[in-house]
Amino acid sequence: MSIAVKDSEEFVFSPENLAWTEGQLKKYPKNRQMSCVMPFLQRAQEQNHGWVSIPIMEYIADFLDMPYIRVHEVASFYSMYNLKPVGKHVIEVCTTTPCWLRGSDDVVRACKDELGIGFGETTNDGEYTLLEVECAGACVNAPVIAYKEQYYEDLDDVSTRKFIKDLKAGVSPKPGPQNGRFKSCPMGGPTSLKDMVPNDATFGGDK
Amino acid sequence: MLKDKDRIFTNLYGFESPFLEGAIKRGDWDGTKEIIGRGHDSLINEMKESGLRGRGGAGFPTGLKWSFMPKESDGRPSYLVINADESEPGTCKDREIMRHDPHKLIEGCLIAGFAMRAISAYIYIRGEFVYEASVLEKALEEARSAGFLGKDACGSGYDFDIFVHRGAGAYICGEETALLESLEGKKGQPRLKPPFPANVGVFGCPTTVNNVESIAVVPTILRKGGAWFAGLGRENNTGTKLFCISGHVNNPCNVEEEMGIPLKELIEKHAGGVRGGWDNLLAVIPGGSSVHMIPKSVCDNVLMDFDSLRAEGTGLGTAAVIVMDKSTDLIRAITRLSEFYKHESCGQCTPCREGTGWMWRVMERLCKGEAEIEEIDMLLDVTKQIEGHTICALGDAAAWPIQGLIRHFRPEVEARILEYKKNNAA
Repeated sequence: MSIAVKDSEEFVFSPENLAWTEGQLKKYPKNRQMSCVMPFLQRAQEQNHGWVSIPIMEYIADFLDMPYIRVHEVASFYSMYNLKPVGKHVIEVCTTTPCWLRGSDDVVRACKDELGIGFGETTNDGEYTLLEVECAGACVNAPVIAYKEQYYEDLDDVSTRKFIKDLKAGVSPKPGPQNGRFKSCPMGGPTSLKDMVPNDATFGGDK
Repeated sequence: MLKDKDRIFTNLYGFESPFLEGAIKRGDWDGTKEIIGRGHDSLINEMKESGLRGRGGAGFPTGLKWSFMPKESDGRPSYLVINADESEPGTCKDREIMRHDPHKLIEGCLIAGFAMRAISAYIYIRGEFVYEASVLEKALEEARSAGFLGKDACGSGYDFDIFVHRGAGAYICGEETALLESLEGKKGQPRLKPPFPANVGVFGCPTTVNNVESIAVVPTILRKGGAWFAGLGRENNTGTKLFCISGHVNNPCNVEEEMGIPLKELIEKHAGGVRGGWDNLLAVIPGGSSVHMIPKSVCDNVLMDFDSLRAEGTGLGTAAVIVMDKSTDLIRAITRLSEFYKHESCGQCTPCREGTGWMWRVMERLCKGEAEIEEIDMLLDVTKQIEGHTICALGDAAAWPIQGLIRHFRPEVEARILEYKKNNAA
C-alpha cells in the first residue's frame, strides 16, 4: 500500500486518548517509550477514521522522541495500518488455504457482488472498503470475515450476502458463527466436556 | 480418548464465563502461593519431569528452556514474553485460551515468571485479536484487583505484573526475535542468533519467549504433578494438546486430546470424519501450513505427536490439522500458501525476499500447467537453496509445503503440465 499523496491536516490526540497514553507509557521500562509506537499508531488510526497519515506519524515520532523515519518504517511494515483513507466500514476477507478449502471464493464473490468493488477498493460513497487478508487465525470456523474488531465465521454465499445487506440496512450482525454452531465446538454438539454444556446452548446441525 | 478429568482446558468452548468467578470454579488460582513457595528450582524440575515440549511449533522442552535463564542478575532484570501472535495458517487454539480461559494463561505467567526469576511478563497478541485482547485485559484487571498480580502477588512475597502488547498484522512476529524487535517498537525483523534471548532478549535483558498454550498448562501440571502429565501420551511426547481440525471434515473444531492420538481417530471422533468418508481423503497438512503434507496412506496409521510425524518427514508444528479431500486441487492449495509466505516475508534475507516471490510465480504457472516438466526439479532445487539459508525459519516454512507437494504428488503436477500441453498444442 503506497502512501496517499494528498494528506490530511495536522493531528493531535484527543484529550481521552492523551490520558490513555499515560497508562501505555507505564507498561514499558524507563527510556523504552519507543515500545509505544504500535499502540499509539493503532489508537491514532482509530481517531483518524481508520487510516494513518504522515502528520500522524510525525506527531507520534515527536511524542516518543523518535526520528520520523523510524515511525514511518513501523507504519509501513505492519498490514493493519492503513496508509490511505478507508471507508466507514472496512470488511476484511480471509482467503488463505484453510478458508479457501471451506469456500472463501464464494465469500469473496458475494462481497464483490454486493458492494460492487474489488479488493483494496472503497465504494464511491466512502462507506465500504473491501480488503483481502492473510490467515485470520480462526481456521476451524472458516471461512471468516473480520469486521469492526470481531470475526464473522462459518460463512457461505447466502450468509455473506445477508451480512452485507444487514450492514447496509444499519443492522449490526451478530459476531461468531453464522451457521448456528457454538463457537469452535463441533457442529451438532461437543464430543468432549459434555458435562459442562449450559442448559440454553444450541449447537446447530441436525443432530 | 482422553477423559474429561484429564482435560486442562475445561472452558475451551466458552461454555462458562472466562472471568474470575468461573475460573476459580474451574480450579484456577487454587493454592498459587503454595506452588510459588516450592521455589524456583523445584518448579523448573517439575516442569522438566512433566516432559512438556513447547506448544508453539518447535517442541523445545519448556522446563529446559526456563533453566537457561540467569539464576543471579548481573544488574539487568529478566522478562517472560508470551507469544500470542497466533498466525500459522490452520492454527486457532491460543485464541480459545485467551477468550475463554484467560486466567490459566495469567496464572501460568506468574508461576513461570517466578520460576525463571522474571520481573514481569509481556503478552504479545496478534493485532487482529481485538476481542481476545479485551478479554485478556479485563481478566488482568480482575487478577490485579484480587491481589493475584502486582506487589506481593498472591501473598507470595513476589512482585510481578503482566502487560498486553498488541501486534499489527505481521506473521513474522511469531518468530521470537522478530516479536522482541516489535515489542521494542521496531519493524518485526528477526535477529541473528547468538546472542539468544536468554542472554539478550527484550530491552537488552534476559528473556524467555513461550507460547500461550505452553504457559497456560503450567498451573494444572504443577497442581496435578509432572508425573500425571508425563503419564499421558508417549515417551518424549507427553501430555495433552489442543488440536485444530479444519478443512474438509464434517465438523471442523478445536479439541483437547492426548498426545499421540491416531490422526484417523482424531478426525473421526471429534470432527465428524472426512467429508465423504475416510476413503475420500486425499492429504492432510498435520501441523500448520509450514509442515509437509502427508498422503492418505500415511494418514491411515500415523500418530499425532512430535516424533511420529517427524518420522514421516513432516511435523506436529502447532497441531493444526488441515484436511483435504479428493475434490481438492492440491497445487492450488499449496500455491495459496506460497502467496502467503511471499506476503509475509520481512524482506531481510535475500533467499526469502526473492525466493518466496519466485516460488509463488512458478506455483501459479504450475496451477495452470503452464510450465515445463524440468521446472519441477528446478523449483525443488530453489526450495533447497532457500531452506537453511535465512536468519529465521520463514524461508524453511515457505520451502516445505512445496517440497511436500512434489514429494508425494509429483505425478499430479506432471499430469497438469502434460494436459496443458495437450490442450494448447498448435
